[in-house]
Amino acid sequence: MVTTDRFAGERLKLSPFYPRQEELNIREAWSSWNGYKFAEYYYDVEYEYFCVRNLCGTYDICPMQKYEIKGPDAEAMLNRMVTRDVGKIGMHRVAYCMWCTDEGRMIDDGTVFRLGPDRFMLTCGSPSIAWLEKSSFGFDDVVVTDITDDMAALSLQGPTSYAVLKKLGLDGIETAKPFDIRVFPYHGSQLMVSRTGFTGDLGYELWVEHDLGLTMWDELYKAGADYGIQPYGEAATNMARLEAAFIMPDMEFNEALKTVHFQHDQTPFELSLGWLVDFRKPHFSGRAALLEEKRRGPTYTLTKLDIEGNRPAEGAHIYSNKRCNREIGYVTSAMWSPVAKANIALAMIRTEHLDGPLWAEIYYEKELRHHSRVVPCEKQSKPFWAPARARATPPPEY
Amino acid sequence: MGRYDSIIVGAGHNGLVCGAYLARNDQKVLILEAADEAGGLAASREFHPGYTTSIAQSVSHFSEQVSRDLNLAAYGYDRGTTALPLIGLGASGKHVVVEAKSVQGVGDDDAMEYTGYTRQLEKFADALQPFWLKTIPRIGPGGLRDVLTFAHLGLSLRKLGKADMREFMRVASLPARDLVEENFSSELLKATLSWDMLTGAKMAPRSPNSSVLLMLYRLAEQSRGTHTIPSGGVPGLIAAIQKSAQASGVEVRCSTAVEKITVAGDENGLQVTGVTTTAGEQISADRVISATDPTRTFIDMIGVEYLDIGFTNRIRRLRCDGFVGKLHLALSKLPGFTGLDTPNARMIIAPNVDAIEFAYDDAKYGRCSDDPVMEIVLPSLIDASLAPDGGHVLSANVMYVPRALKGGWTAAAREQILNRCIEVISAYAPDIRDCMVHAEFLTPEDLENEYRITGGHWHHTEIAMDQMLMMRPTYEAAQYRTPIPGLYLCGAGCHPGGDITGAAGHNAAHEILR
Amino acid sequence: MSHYDAIVIGAGHNGLANAAYLAKAGLKVLVVEKNSYIGGAAVSRELQAGWKYSSCSYVCSMMRQAIHRDLDLSRHGLLLVPYLGTVNFGDGDERLFAYQDEEAAHLELKRHSPHDADAMHRFQTDLTRYSQLIRKTLMRTPPDPTSFKPRDIMELLFLAKQFWGLGEKQIYEYVRFFTMSAAEYLDDYFENDMIKAAMASPGIIGTALGVYSPGSSYILLHHVMGDVDGSIGAWGLARGGMGAISDAIASALQEHGGEIRTDAGVHRVLVEGRRATGVVLENGDEIQSRIVVSNLDAKRTFTKIVDKADLPDGIYEKAANFKIRGSSGKVNIALSGMPKFTGVPDNPYLNRGGQGFNGSLETMEKAYDCWKRGRWSDDPFIESVIPSAWDPTVAPAGQHWMSNFIQYCPPTLADGPWTAEKRDQFGQTVIDKIERYSPGFKDLIVHMEVRTPHEIENEIGLTEGNIFQGELTIDQLFFNRPFPGYGQYRMPLKNLYMSGSSTHPGGGVSAVCGANAAREILRDLRRPNTVPEDDFYDE
Repeated sequence: MVTTDRFAGERLKLSPFYPRQEELNIREAWSSWNGYKFAEYYYDVEYEYFCVRNLCGTYDICPMQKYEIKGPDAEAMLNRMVTRDVGKIGMHRVAYCMWCTDEGRMIDDGTVFRLGPDRFMLTCGSPSIAWLEKSSFGFDDVVVTDITDDMAALSLQGPTSYAVLKKLGLDGIETAKPFDIRVFPYHGSQLMVSRTGFTGDLGYELWVEHDLGLTMWDELYKAGADYGIQPYGEAATNMARLEAAFIMPDMEFNEALKTVHFQHDQTPFELSLGWLVDFRKPHFSGRAALLEEKRRGPTYTLTKLDIEGNRPAEGAHIYSNKRCNREIGYVTSAMWSPVAKANIALAMIRTEHLDGPLWAEIYYEKELRHHSRVVPCEKQSKPFWAPARARATPPPEY
Repeated sequence: MGRYDSIIVGAGHNGLVCGAYLARNDQKVLILEAADEAGGLAASREFHPGYTTSIAQSVSHFSEQVSRDLNLAAYGYDRGTTALPLIGLGASGKHVVVEAKSVQGVGDDDAMEYTGYTRQLEKFADALQPFWLKTIPRIGPGGLRDVLTFAHLGLSLRKLGKADMREFMRVASLPARDLVEENFSSELLKATLSWDMLTGAKMAPRSPNSSVLLMLYRLAEQSRGTHTIPSGGVPGLIAAIQKSAQASGVEVRCSTAVEKITVAGDENGLQVTGVTTTAGEQISADRVISATDPTRTFIDMIGVEYLDIGFTNRIRRLRCDGFVGKLHLALSKLPGFTGLDTPNARMIIAPNVDAIEFAYDDAKYGRCSDDPVMEIVLPSLIDASLAPDGGHVLSANVMYVPRALKGGWTAAAREQILNRCIEVISAYAPDIRDCMVHAEFLTPEDLENEYRITGGHWHHTEIAMDQMLMMRPTYEAAQYRTPIPGLYLCGAGCHPGGDITGAAGHNAAHEILR
Repeated sequence: MSHYDAIVIGAGHNGLANAAYLAKAGLKVLVVEKNSYIGGAAVSRELQAGWKYSSCSYVCSMMRQAIHRDLDLSRHGLLLVPYLGTVNFGDGDERLFAYQDEEAAHLELKRHSPHDADAMHRFQTDLTRYSQLIRKTLMRTPPDPTSFKPRDIMELLFLAKQFWGLGEKQIYEYVRFFTMSAAEYLDDYFENDMIKAAMASPGIIGTALGVYSPGSSYILLHHVMGDVDGSIGAWGLARGGMGAISDAIASALQEHGGEIRTDAGVHRVLVEGRRATGVVLENGDEIQSRIVVSNLDAKRTFTKIVDKADLPDGIYEKAANFKIRGSSGKVNIALSGMPKFTGVPDNPYLNRGGQGFNGSLETMEKAYDCWKRGRWSDDPFIESVIPSAWDPTVAPAGQHWMSNFIQYCPPTLADGPWTAEKRDQFGQTVIDKIERYSPGFKDLIVHMEVRTPHEIENEIGLTEGNIFQGELTIDQLFFNRPFPGYGQYRMPLKNLYMSGSSTHPGGGVSAVCGANAAREILRDLRRPNTVPEDDFYDE
């Protein structure tokens, strides 16, 4: 094909859903993710957020990196790479995993889909093919393929998501428990549905081959018309995930291979994700370092905070007293939670100060005048938002 | 049979030395060797009926301490009393003869300069000498002993005096060419002296950073870089070490190739349990010590599933491609070398430094130079038993011969390099063809296959500043211990590196016994 | 007979910076320059009416912002503009575009190799880490490791602390990086030869090493550790050409009362009892001075303008052995229009950058092989920039000037000395290669200036035409630069200092060598320091 676009080389890629997204994104609020043109929001951030919490919304996960890992050594290869025991992932089940450097610093997190005895799909936020190539070296019989661009994937999240899938005619979806995978025949191909997501709510992720993407979108929107289906963008996702206390790269963690300064990356224990590290496995990459980290205790601990007042604590420093002369941490993400009616935050706090008082120094602006305020914070042990429907099987209709 | 304290994989000289030390400290030691005799690259090789040699063709800085500790003299090791002169073969018989303290065949200036040059290098070599037989600690987390090692090194250098210490820090990273250019004017002398800074490594005369350190390593011990051929050839030394080891109770089993080093794992982590041989036999031990190269050890025998990914990647990236070919000629009589009474010497064929550089230029693109440079010895001049009556063996290290030849090592490619070598030699020994009974040429690929060394590299992996000291073969395996409990390294891939020195075996044993 | 506090020999940008800081401290300073113009290798010269060539150095990234600000160079007319959109040319039709946007850059790399696109993140992270460490040493005088003086020990401890901050494994990685060849180091990251070649090319610029020579990865770092406004690896153009940098520093110098005398080559440094006392000019004028600063390279200083008899034993030999190898050529071309390159989209972002005619690693290495044999390659590595795409002051409107830097070009040819004819043949080789990628290029040529190491040495006075005033190998870096024991800008004769790129931190239009030397001089003179102690960017 002859292109006449003299900037073609510098343009972002378009998702298979782009024709629909383009129409719906009347604010032209585009950003980018992994080379794809990507909606920051479509219409209004709060509107989209409430769609997810009240009805259902779709979130384009085409730019998310997807790798097929196949072959008799696939399980061994993954098991050595990630900190969880891949052998314990049942057939057609998904597990949230992370993988670390030899030093036990987190490279990235993602989900591992077990699609067969010798076949897995790994999804993650950033390109990881170089690490996967390193990880598969030395295994005779495993093939890693980047299938990101071969697939169309859409996340459907919110209380009516189950009803929409029923309406779409996916019989048996009611038996899908969280992290289950179901596969349905679809236009001569397959529609894979996993009960997964990044909102902490009831939700599913839908996976089809690239060329069926638009068909799926249209059919889903048709089925969802009566259930308030709407697209939502990056901004609403970020709100929902924070309420669920999920971590984000560049917010809660730096990818270790992209971290310049010594130990400015994080360990699973620092991120309060020690439960993902399975020391019953005799070996995985970073095990020795992580064992040492567990023994010594992490320097920082990611902590959920409920903060007094309503001013979001974005970028706030955490102190051990109200006079703010002893800094013990910093806020990584913060917002006013509309569902919890709370001023919530995730913060990295020096572990030895976790049990003491926590004060946040918040800077805010009121009609161009800038203020600061020191307020007490309360630690939370549970996510800020964890509705029972997210775990119920079968889920309630809405 | 019973359980062994230690199994050593590979009966090269380092494996034998390591085993001997362990057995002397009451360990029950088994050494497994895939070949049908011990020695690795120093094992004897009958390449033609009645004609015997070994890949390692002479000995220079074999550790005197190891020799004493293991009482090798009692087991028949005789270093050889006369050092082989190093001769740079010149056109029409005008050679340069280099001996420990003097050089002939060059102008007065060069001859004078040579004294100062060797004195300076020997002084540097002396400062480093204690560190070849020591574990080089990690930077940082170690205890008092580690700090003392570094303090000792600092003090050793400082004791050179201000001027020499400064000079050391400049000279240490010079390329061979710059060092000889600064000191000498004779092209032939420069090339001849460059040889020992380069041979065995993927380094050319213009390559900075590592050749002087390699030279200083080779200047260790009283031999001061001079070479000898022990009685029985280099295999004679191996026989002595083997006897000493066996006398201490080491069991050496040949023709037994190790397929896997077995690792057990549970929630307490990993532990080496022993080995499995290619014949399927399982032998258990408290620890396994690998004298084979790091790549083979970790990637093939252990398996990546037991290793961290970053570590695996560093092992995978070790630069292991050998660049030295080996020429063996079976000769019916002693060939005449123009201008030499007897060719009882290490003879270098490299008319000038550029000749070495240009031979390297071809090899770096995976080609074989039409003008190879080489180092020749005739071990049968020292030990007549290596050849039939009246016959002789010529053994040569030929540089630079790429392991991965573009187009592969076909029969035609081998024939071509062999012929070129003989042509080159015949310029200095015109009757060489008349004396030839048989010839063989071994490429690094051959060494890899026949001697089971990744890349066919003499030193198991390149001796270069980035793969030296506490980074040899790579950090986290540089103190002879490895990330896997119970697995140790003791081969040339460890500090201080290859050549027949016994240092790596010695150091590993001491680390294990600590 | 006039008398000065300080005479600086050579009005290169480092000499001018040195003089400016001395003048700022209140010293009576004179800079003497053999040429009729100042700037040394940082010059803008109108060799063709209407065109201003940066005839030697052509881009800059190491110029320290601390000095820029401190000498108020912006007010003195200096504007540094980062340029972007470099195109890398493969041996054949392949092209690799350096897009500014991170996403676009990633997609472009992915087009060549998905693996390498991912690996690039790690490469740049690591390079940034190494750059940050080494940048901390730039504006500091190297310690003498053999010394027990508190200042040297403190400085060694400072360095140890910086290294320690890397973490144990990164210390090893740093040593690896410092000593390996660019090509082998890049093997750790990349698999695509085109990408490797593009990344390796800074590793050979200005040096007598090849991409496969150990030590070339440090050269790579030396070229990318600079920055423009904190963006590491970015390259800037000086508005008005590189001479604008020298002119701005000269203007600052003059404002502080310093003097510059051109057409005043130095014949000899005056020495009395191992103490420099002034200079004799080529015209016979004697000028006395309390201190003398040589901005010439180390070899030239001690083998040409200081009498051997005046030197302590061994210094002349050290200077004679100082490695300063000519390896680069330069072809400056005035063009009647903007050249078009095949396979490069005609858009304003791409065509305003540079061109890297890298070919492959093998092409670059073969060019080095030719250099070793005293020839130039038929297929040399060329790094080009068209500054007129950014700078309206260097060529008539609608017309352009193109700077072409060539690696390698030997200082002496195997088949006899350089002649005008051979020089032109060399130039022809370069334009033939560019024509291969830009058919019709030759028709655009209005004027062309070819500089081999021979021309560079004769005109600028860089021995052998070496652009760094001495090879950047470990034996000549940091406290070894220029010679062990003389790494602190003080030379073997009392009151004699060096301020050029032969001193730490080496080549590049950085003004750091001159500034650091000034700091040491002021210290010896017990004058308050006027030189900034450090850069102000927090990394």
